[in-house]
Amino acid sequence: MKIFATYNIKGGVGKTTAAVNLAYLSAADGYRTLLWDLDPQGAASFLFRIKPRVKGGGKALIRGTKALDDAIKGTDFDHLDLIPADFTYRNMDLLLGGANGKPTRKLAQLLRPLAAEYDHVFLDCPPSISLVSENVMHAADVLLIPVIPTTLSVRTLDQLTEFVAGFNGRRPEVRAFFSMVDRRKKLHQEIVRDLAAERSGVAATSIPSLSMIERMSVERAPVTAFAPSSVAARAYRALWSEISKDF
Amino acid sequence: MTTPGLRDFVLEAPTGEEPAEDLPAAAFAALSQAFTLTAQAGASLGGVRRRTWLDTFDWRLYRAGLMLEFEQARQGGRLLLSQADGTPQAEQPVTGWPPRRPALDLPPGPVRDRIMVLIRPRALLPIVRASSTVSVTRLLNADGKTVARLVAEHITVTAVAASPTAASPTAAGTAELPLRLTITEVRGYPGQARRASTLLAGVPGVSSASQGVFTAALTALGRHPADYTSGVDAEVTASMPASVAVARLLLRLLDTLKQNVDGVLRDIDTEFLHDLRVAVRRSRSAIKLLGEVLPADLAGHYAAEFKWLGDLTTPTRDLDVHLLGFDSMTAQLVAASPADLEPLRAFLVRRRAREFRRLAAALRGPRFRAITDDWRKVLLEIRDTGASPRRRREPPAAELALRTTERAFRRIAAHGAAITADSPPESLHDLRKRAKELRYLLEFFASLHDPVAYRKVVGELKSLQDCLGDFQDSQVQREEIHTLADAMLAERAAPAATLLAMGEIAAKLTLSQTEARADFARRFARFAGPAGQERIRVLLEGRP
Repeated sequence: MKIFATYNIKGGVGKTTAAVNLAYLSAADGYRTLLWDLDPQGAASFLFRIKPRVKGGGKALIRGTKALDDAIKGTDFDHLDLIPADFTYRNMDLLLGGANGKPTRKLAQLLRPLAAEYDHVFLDCPPSISLVSENVMHAADVLLIPVIPTTLSVRTLDQLTEFVAGFNGRRPEVRAFFSMVDRRKKLHQEIVRDLAAERSGVAATSIPSLSMIERMSVERAPVTAFAPSSVAARAYRALWSEISKDF
Repeated sequence: MTTPGLRDFVLEAPTGEEPAEDLPAAAFAALSQAFTLTAQAGASLGGVRRRTWLDTFDWRLYRAGLMLEFEQARQGGRLLLSQADGTPQAEQPVTGWPPRRPALDLPPGPVRDRIMVLIRPRALLPIVRASSTVSVTRLLNADGKTVARLVAEHITVTAVAASPTAASPTAAGTAELPLRLTITEVRGYPGQARRASTLLAGVPGVSSASQGVFTAALTALGRHPADYTSGVDAEVTASMPASVAVARLLLRLLDTLKQNVDGVLRDIDTEFLHDLRVAVRRSRSAIKLLGEVLPADLAGHYAAEFKWLGDLTTPTRDLDVHLLGFDSMTAQLVAASPADLEPLRAFLVRRRAREFRRLAAALRGPRFRAITDDWRKVLLEIRDTGASPRRRREPPAAELALRTTERAFRRIAAHGAAITADSPPESLHDLRKRAKELRYLLEFFASLHDPVAYRKVVGELKSLQDCLGDFQDSQVQREEIHTLADAMLAERAAPAATLLAMGEIAAKLTLSQTEARADFARRFARFAGPAGQERIRVLLEGRP
């Protein structure tokens, strides 16, 4: 079981759309795929038309009184399941802090029993740097970081890379990709060009800023499913083939 | 992801002439009360589905309460093992399937792990093929989320292997099954699937499927599961004329023999020849022990013919036995390495191919055809003239059974009692033959005996037979090892290491023969001593 997490400290950078589309493409390739919507806003759950509600809330899941397995819902797509968001996830830091065992390894521990059932797990994380994100980083094999091509975003990526490098023992691979790229903006073009040349760990594929991606919230489905030949879907497919080849 | 069907329904036209296409419409209308329905295109469930059910010729999986299904995909497919009620047991993907010849083995995987112990050394034969057109309808909730699916399947089934029970005209061919509807659950939405099932169950003309597809297919094709058994289950009653009973027994044995000929000729697995040989041996014993009630000359002629047939099959069967036990034989080696015996295996395989050609030619030849065809004619005549006044004056079957069984027991008791530690091996071989004859007699007339008394006698007899079998088999195999070594030397096919390893095997066989000999006296005493005599008395007199 390979665990991917889409993560960024900042919100609104295309984490959820990436998680939803990459998970869909993984499932379409035949991998048994699970997407866990960890963001209390429940955007990923909404996009799959699944109610953002888990019986017993985050507390039951983290404390283990309810098995993760029982919270899983089938999506409309073959091989793709989802653990919905729940509004109580907003307190997840507290729950993780109060749990038995190492508080930074709790999510990894919860996911372990699902190893036989799924080939790929995608974690869609809330923006912030917190105990939840630290848990995600410890659980993940690959951190997928959407980066808007601005100077500040690049700085944040550096900080994150450094933070992960400081982990003892197992560290996730960090793979950044440009997101919401506006080709009309000169700065975007420059940063995409320069950063890809300067740094390793940056995907060659960029996800452009497109209204078709925004349409996902109207269609309530991955763009790769409802408009498979659109520019947006093609970009996600290229990104997925790059990621799945490397990991 | 979808989980296996919660419930299967079968749509059947009610006993009027209502057009069948109205039924799916009625089912859709019922489901529309709670769900929005939308066709699912391009789903993995939809399209054409091809399945084949497999079992051994003697239905070993069915008898163990299992079903094995191969579902064909674009490349390869998967094997699904389930219980008779459809509960999944194991599943494994396979490539390069189905094989051109019936499979004697499977690629490693959980299905193989479960079934090899049951089926070995038999091959898996295709029994029924099903080709179905599947359409999937999604059931949506108010959010437009798929919460269950309705799978509709039009199934056409084809019998692959013709029924072994001779010429039933419906046994081959093709049949259409009634439209099958299944509600499948979407993970995390069990309540919705239950709701859909309840709505569907309320539609007139829809009934809950009482049979799985495989069972329904067998029924539609006129095949009965477990329609082959190598046992003797002829219909014999105590009061029927003895000659009629014997004719019935011999006809049943002839059926078994004939049922196995095709499998022998196609060389599907070794057990066809084994079952054919058992039928021949039983026929020979029946002719010898019960032939007095058959018309004069008949017994003498067919005794010779069946002896010819038995002898014809012996070389191939002996080589089969060697090859089947080859791996367990090499596993016993201490000094030599299993690889040393590989030249022997290659030699056995070559010999077997040669002997098999000779056997197949004879089984296709006129003498074999004459035996089986003429024998059947004579036996049918005897069976069907059973009601004639002359026959009715004959002793009944029960009398023949008691007389011959008692005689056979007495012979064993006398013969065995004369065996001492100094007796030659031949005396034990001879006793083994007598024991086999008694066993056959007991089996022929099993339906006339009290089951409890029968089981007791057969249990002890079997224990004695096993001991005598071990003794003789060890000796025969050791002698064969010597003969094979000579033959391999003559053909320059025997490296020194192979001969040494064969020597080690021969030594082991001597050891097990000695062990069997040491055990004989105890087992014989249990069978033929005072307690054994009492068991046989209870059996024959029918009361304790």
